[in-house]
Amino acid sequence: MSVPISYYLLLSAILFTIGVAGVLTRRNVIVIFMCIELMLNAVNLTFVAFARQLGQGDGQVFVFFVMAVAAAEVAVGLAIIIALFRNRETIDVGEVNLLKW
Amino acid sequence: METVVFFALAALAVGCALLLVLFRNPVYSALSLVGTLFSVAGLFVLLDAHFLAAVQIIVYAGAIMVLFLFVIMLLNLGSADPLDAIPGRFRQWAVIFLSAILVAHIGWMSLRHMRGGPIENEALATSNVPYIGKLLYTDFLLPFEITSLILLVALIGVVVLVKRESSKAS
Amino acid sequence: MNYALESLIKIAIVLGAVITAVAYTVLAERKVSAFIQNRLGPNRVGPWGLLQPLADGIKFITKEDVIPNHVNKAIYVAAPAVILIPALMGFAVVPFGDVIIVMGQKVELVIANVDIGILYVLALSSLGVYGIVLGGWASNNKYALMGGVRACAQMISYELSLGLSLIGVLMISGTLRLTDVVNLQASTTFLGFLPGWFVFSQPVACILFIVSVFAETNRLPFDLPEAEQELVAGYHAEYSSMKFAMFFMAEYAHMITASALIASLFFGGWHLPGIDPADDSLGVSLLKVLVFSVKTAFFLFVFIWVRWTVPRFRYDQVMRLGWKVLLPIALANVFITGLVLTLTR
Repeated sequence: MSVPISYYLLLSAILFTIGVAGVLTRRNVIVIFMCIELMLNAVNLTFVAFARQLGQGDGQVFVFFVMAVAAAEVAVGLAIIIALFRNRETIDVGEVNLLKW
Repeated sequence: METVVFFALAALAVGCALLLVLFRNPVYSALSLVGTLFSVAGLFVLLDAHFLAAVQIIVYAGAIMVLFLFVIMLLNLGSADPLDAIPGRFRQWAVIFLSAILVAHIGWMSLRHMRGGPIENEALATSNVPYIGKLLYTDFLLPFEITSLILLVALIGVVVLVKRESSKAS
Repeated sequence: MNYALESLIKIAIVLGAVITAVAYTVLAERKVSAFIQNRLGPNRVGPWGLLQPLADGIKFITKEDVIPNHVNKAIYVAAPAVILIPALMGFAVVPFGDVIIVMGQKVELVIANVDIGILYVLALSSLGVYGIVLGGWASNNKYALMGGVRACAQMISYELSLGLSLIGVLMISGTLRLTDVVNLQASTTFLGFLPGWFVFSQPVACILFIVSVFAETNRLPFDLPEAEQELVAGYHAEYSSMKFAMFFMAEYAHMITASALIASLFFGGWHLPGIDPADDSLGVSLLKVLVFSVKTAFFLFVFIWVRWTVPRFRYDQVMRLGWKVLLPIALANVFITGLVLTLTR
């Protein structure tokens, strides 16, 4: 008996929620970024689970695109963080609040 | 057998995800994320997505996380510093409470509505790579080309963002 | 159950063979380098120094294992293991023979005949980066960190040309399974008289792959990360005795896996032009394993030979070569192979 799809969906919901909790709680901007990657992975797992459930390859192709875009996003995001660090000497998101009055 | 492997991988994934959020040292968080990526790759193999499992290891665990580690190490953020002071009891408990509600809701919805076995697709399960390759180059050709453009733009953007302004003596 | 037992036996045999090969490759390196430099090399321990690896092993195990106070203990201890594991795992998909008939059953001489063989190899080479960068970082020594980061930058730059050079092979063979790639080379001919080895139909890819694999395994002429020890310090500066031995073993295990891959992907694996590939009697099967081992040993000899002949690159030369020379050539190779295949099929 194979594992029912609802188990995979529940697992990916748990991973996604842990990612959201991390983004809301942590102050180190790199760790926040890693929690975003965790959320993307949870979503990938959902797509692949549905691809298996419906017997179509579209879910897997979409995951491929998500991974490619995630790679591009990580590169640009880390470049922004490096530029931020060079100017502000901090990576605490509580400190980066220049636009507030 | 498949159930045992699923629960082992699921436990590893959730455990590493929790460690990611709870570790103070960002290098340990990055390594926990690598653990999560490995277990998700294992879950992909269980779901007959062999190509994606390999691409997950090559791209996510082998390139993206290495990039994270480089940035953490070169910005010298290795030590546990007061940057991660706990934001306050109220926010923590609110996050945990709302997360529990979210998980319970999604879990209840999926367990109630997602019944029935999977629709079998032999070609997808056994010859995974040719099937995905054919889909990528026929139905999904436009997104494929656009993705290559996205990667090119990201490449140029990164080089521009990280370039130091040239000083007079360069 | 039968399959599990069969796999366990194959794993035991292959691991045993690879680890023994690692030990004797160290000896071979010392002997070959000695002969190149017109001296004799180790010849006192056993005939022709053949028991030297045993002596080295005893030395490494009995040396005092020092863990400096200022290192990050968990990662410091884990890093040598993290670099050794992908190096050894690469052997799981390499076909070291065709099939062998044992007790009436056909046994494929490959540990895991997965349908993503080539991707598995690429994945393991991307994971090889972790051990070095973690070892360099855990040492809490800025020179070790810079050495580790440079080694990793070199490795990830050459992974690109490694993967792209394999795409030429992939386009011709149409499959990612390594057993199918070797079988295809064994059963076709190139221009009628040469065996269908991919070194003849993809010579540029073969050269690119060999150069990239030299850079991936941090061997001369790309061994700046290790040579920094002569100047300042490398990523394994703070390591001693068994952990240092594991870094060394990992490098040689990587070399052996790389030689096995070159032999399988470009030089026909277990195929010898005179042998009929379909013949699977016991003697011929063992002969095929021997042919594979000889080819792997030959490429190991090439690794050692190049090391003691060629000077090493500077870091900026390494990066320039990887990005500005090898990557465009690899892309051109993919394009031309695609063009030729479209026109001839």
